[in-house]
Amino acid sequence: MTIRFDDPNRPNSYIGRTVPRPNAGKLVAGQGRYVDDITLPRMVHVAFVRSPHAHARIVSIDVGDAQAAKGVVRIVDGTEMATICTPWEGKLAHLQGMKTPPQHALAVDRVRYLGEPVVAVVARTRAEAEDAADLVVVDYDPLPAVTDLMTALDADTPIIHEGYEDNLCFRRTNEAGDVDGTFAGAHKVVEGWFKSGRHTGVTLEPRAIVADWKAGEAELTAHVSNQAPHMLQVLLAKHLDLPESRVRVVCGDVGGSFGVKVHVYPDEVATAALSKMLGRPVKFTADRLESFLSDIHARDHEATGRIALDADGRILGFDVDDWAAIGPYSIYPRTSAVEGLQVTNLIGGPYAFDHYRVRSSTVFQNKGICAQYRAVGHPVAVAITEGLVDKAAHEMGIDPVEFRRRNVIRDDAYPVSTVAGLKLEGLSHEKSLDALVEAMDYDALRAEQAELRAKGIHRGIGIASFIELTNPSPFMYGIGGARISAQDGCTVRMDPDGSVVALTGVTEQGQGTEAIMAQIVAEAVGIRPHMVRVVTGDTRVTPFGGGTWASRGAGIGGEAALRAGRALRDQILEVAASMLQGKAAALDIRDGVIVDAETGEDRLPIEEVGRIVYFRGDTLPPDLPRELMQTRHYITSNYPYAFTNGVQASLVEVDPDTGFVKLLKHWCVEDCGRIINPQLVDEQIRGGIVQGIGGALFEEVCYDAEGQMLNGSMADYLVPMSGEMPDMVIRHIETPTEEGALGAKGAGEAGTAGAPAAIMNAINDAIRPLGGEVTAMPFTPERILRALGRIRD
Amino acid sequence: MKASVGGYARARDLAHAFDLLAAANGMGRVIAGGQSLVAALNLGLTAGDLLVDITGITDLRGVRVEGDHLLIGALTRHVDIGSDPLVAEHAPLLARAVPLIAHDAIRNRGTIGGSLAHADPAAEFPACILALGATLIVEGPAGRREVPAADFFVDVFETALDEGDILTGIAVPCIAADERHGIEEATRRAGDYAIVGLAGVRRAAGHRIVAFGAGPRPMLCGAAMAALDAGDLDAACAAIGGELDPPSDTQGSAAYRRHLAGVLLGRLAAQLGDPS
Ligand SMILES: Cc1cc2nc3c(=O)[nH]c(=O)nc-3n(C[C@H](O)[C@H](O)[C@H](O)COP(=O)(O)OP(=O)(O)OC[C@H]3O[C@@H](n4cnc5c(N)ncnc54)[C@H](O)[C@@H]3O)c2cc1C
Repeated sequence: MTIRFDDPNRPNSYIGRTVPRPNAGKLVAGQGRYVDDITLPRMVHVAFVRSPHAHARIVSIDVGDAQAAKGVVRIVDGTEMATICTPWEGKLAHLQGMKTPPQHALAVDRVRYLGEPVVAVVARTRAEAEDAADLVVVDYDPLPAVTDLMTALDADTPIIHEGYEDNLCFRRTNEAGDVDGTFAGAHKVVEGWFKSGRHTGVTLEPRAIVADWKAGEAELTAHVSNQAPHMLQVLLAKHLDLPESRVRVVCGDVGGSFGVKVHVYPDEVATAALSKMLGRPVKFTADRLESFLSDIHARDHEATGRIALDADGRILGFDVDDWAAIGPYSIYPRTSAVEGLQVTNLIGGPYAFDHYRVRSSTVFQNKGICAQYRAVGHPVAVAITEGLVDKAAHEMGIDPVEFRRRNVIRDDAYPVSTVAGLKLEGLSHEKSLDALVEAMDYDALRAEQAELRAKGIHRGIGIASFIELTNPSPFMYGIGGARISAQDGCTVRMDPDGSVVALTGVTEQGQGTEAIMAQIVAEAVGIRPHMVRVVTGDTRVTPFGGGTWASRGAGIGGEAALRAGRALRDQILEVAASMLQGKAAALDIRDGVIVDAETGEDRLPIEEVGRIVYFRGDTLPPDLPRELMQTRHYITSNYPYAFTNGVQASLVEVDPDTGFVKLLKHWCVEDCGRIINPQLVDEQIRGGIVQGIGGALFEEVCYDAEGQMLNGSMADYLVPMSGEMPDMVIRHIETPTEEGALGAKGAGEAGTAGAPAAIMNAINDAIRPLGGEVTAMPFTPERILRALGRIRD
Repeated sequence: MKASVGGYARARDLAHAFDLLAAANGMGRVIAGGQSLVAALNLGLTAGDLLVDITGITDLRGVRVEGDHLLIGALTRHVDIGSDPLVAEHAPLLARAVPLIAHDAIRNRGTIGGSLAHADPAAEFPACILALGATLIVEGPAGRREVPAADFFVDVFETALDEGDILTGIAVPCIAADERHGIEEATRRAGDYAIVGLAGVRRAAGHRIVAFGAGPRPMLCGAAMAALDAGDLDAACAAIGGELDPPSDTQGSAAYRRHLAGVLLGRLAAQLGDPS
């Protein structure tokens, strides 16, 4: 089964081309169906009474007035909820020493973060439910809130969870080589301090669920805006005590997810439980204000680090101490420890060196729960690494591009096992740097920068090399006991007219999964993409799979689709060969026609095979296999992850009087292996960069010392907007993975991984001559001015 | 959050509007462009209001010159202020403010009367109106009165409008031959409310500099104005921060806002043609 992907003139060459997205027309026509668009007979709505305190004891709950309010159907508190819905713990067995207490769908006895759901109020309309929720009187006894990351483990800091000795969720040290000796004897040691602001995903469509329990069938159907339907199916079954086959999770159109929608949320589980209690459909749609409070947050990190160098500017080692603040619970089922864990693996990722020590400590806070958000841990690790690398280059007097050239792992060195323990199959740092320098016209930019500097214009150029983890194996979650599939599957079925339905376990949330699946199946079978109808997101019909996370859709779901498509093709040809009394190997399918593989001459329209198999099977030899429906599953096995790589650059101008940063241009050279659809990859990179820019310049969830959120609205929490985004130049290097025939790795997170570091380095390049340096994201104008010493308090 | 609205009525004319407001027993709320009011309803900051829609009262829309004043109807939309030739000629400050306000979609609906009545301390029009020394024309059940801009803005979201009053228009003195207008503001993203901003008018009689986003209402900056009148820009830039008491929030501390006011004043002075 070989397809010559590098030959653009091969037949059915859809893989590698920009083709129209099959689901775009529907969305543009306003015919998308998001969860909130769904209205079912007898459906009721739930609103949640959420904790106004970061930490408090629940003294009493009085629902008397609320119960009497107009339209109210049922009011449930945590104690009652616990009778039908079991609590969960976001732990992974392989993360040794990790701890987190049971978390309930509704708080029992204590609340531990602002916005934690306490009471569910179900009414005929959402408005009535909200009005009644206002009438619920909860008497709280406030407790001290733990809101500071760096003092969370101090002896005099209150402990959030009774029975625990401290506020530590998880700590890991990854150490290899002789770190102390190396740093003691190094030619130069450069140190830095870095901070990444807590931010959140801000999906266009908020989280939403319509849960529909049908007592007659003892079955729960949940329409959810989610990116891992089978995971949710299994976990709803577990916590509501149902057989998995009696839980159907349907994820129709999803308006963005970014990792926000890959977790189990108490309000969503409570909604499912309420449907079971009431025997009728219940809808919950988070409004924007509760999204800020209750969606996962991420990247609340602070770190100190140092890098050791020899006299030639070669990196000898990294030594980093990273701290991560999460909420009072580790997220279920993936855990909130993975961000810190990634930092312990990814520091120094692009470089060759021998001495490594990274410790990460994940601590509990009375704030919203932090968890996996696009490029989990990468932006933090890349910022620490590239911040240190840039500082080192500067202190050694070496150009930052030249410094990276000296230190990256050579393109011909692969496969490589790094000192941090990563197995790298094949990366292209050198080629990527070359392509970047060429795309930027780097030397000319440097010359222009110097010229403008003389005129008092402060421009900066920042570079950031990175690696990115994609195509995860069960080593990520399954090994720790989480019921999250690393395997994925695809079923393809040929209908009588030769068109094909493809059912896949990976999901679509706006990124174009359905487009690439159609391309892959079309090429694999030998038909046109518009003849393929892709179905995603319904656990009742799609093969059991993982969904979309860790940039796995193309590499794993795509490989399964390719294999299923080829299996269908082979089956079609076997039937055709029998009909033509020839050999299957001498035939091919091109544009939906069975042809002579050698000459390309038409032999049989594919629909003739469909007609014979489905309606005149009597004319075929009785023992001839004729399943025009094939399923294949795929899982990676040689490497725990398929790493990708790339390098980004940012050009900025800093106004030293206002502290404002203008983004002038951004470049990214990326190697995601085989590119299936160039436009979709470029869009993924661009969108990822925008989210990286958000973290670097704009986005921060701010809490005060009491754990109250200060900016939980779209007016106060600044998401990046198109007006401020720079032009982005995207280039590609293709180093396919050899694990599968497709050779695709992930592309969804690379933009986010590298952008913050590139921008940080660019700003510092601009302001270093003025005597300032910023390393605490987001780089607000005020932080920049303070770094420059321009504000007196 | 779901908006809680008590009802909706569309006023035929001013008298009808006053009747509707009177009948609502204090729960009546004028709605013009709805660009601030509807957001407030959706955030639960106001609830149960009877919305009295005045956008059908066409007399309150449009711009004309009367004597040495430009009369701007309260219902004139931001987009129209931005493109009106009379505004460009006689009150260019207002035209220059428009591109700084929000985004196209909001400028297509939002009205100048709504902006002034809403009195967001970070909004552009209130500051411009004060800098121009305009007069606000208010009508109510008790009749018509004129309120100088200096008396109109009272506190955050609070004006001299009484219960049942409707702002019907604004009278702006037409620009004199030697008069210069300018506006400067700092926003993180295009269309955001300003972290801090300055509207400025230079007349023969002296400067009028108004800061927005820097206090509970648009603030006339007397010390900076006096220094500018004396031709000392450095002193003006140094003084302006000291005479403001801006808020601290997640967009910036008071100290940062004071610093920014000084920087923006330097840039505004260039617009006003002041020697640097
Ligand atoms: C995303 C967004 C960004 C924005 N950014 C900016 C910005 O940068 N700068 C800025 O200045 N504004 C901004 N605005 C506000 C916008 O300019 C509004 O249009 C304006 O503030 C209110 O005008 P309106 O006609 O929409 O008033 P409405 O929303 O209809 O009413 C606002 C208030 O004024 C009262 N009111 C309205 N008209 C009258 C009247 N004639 N007499 C008495 N009371 C009246 C109403 O009762 C209500 O209390 C923004 C709005 C949004 C949604």
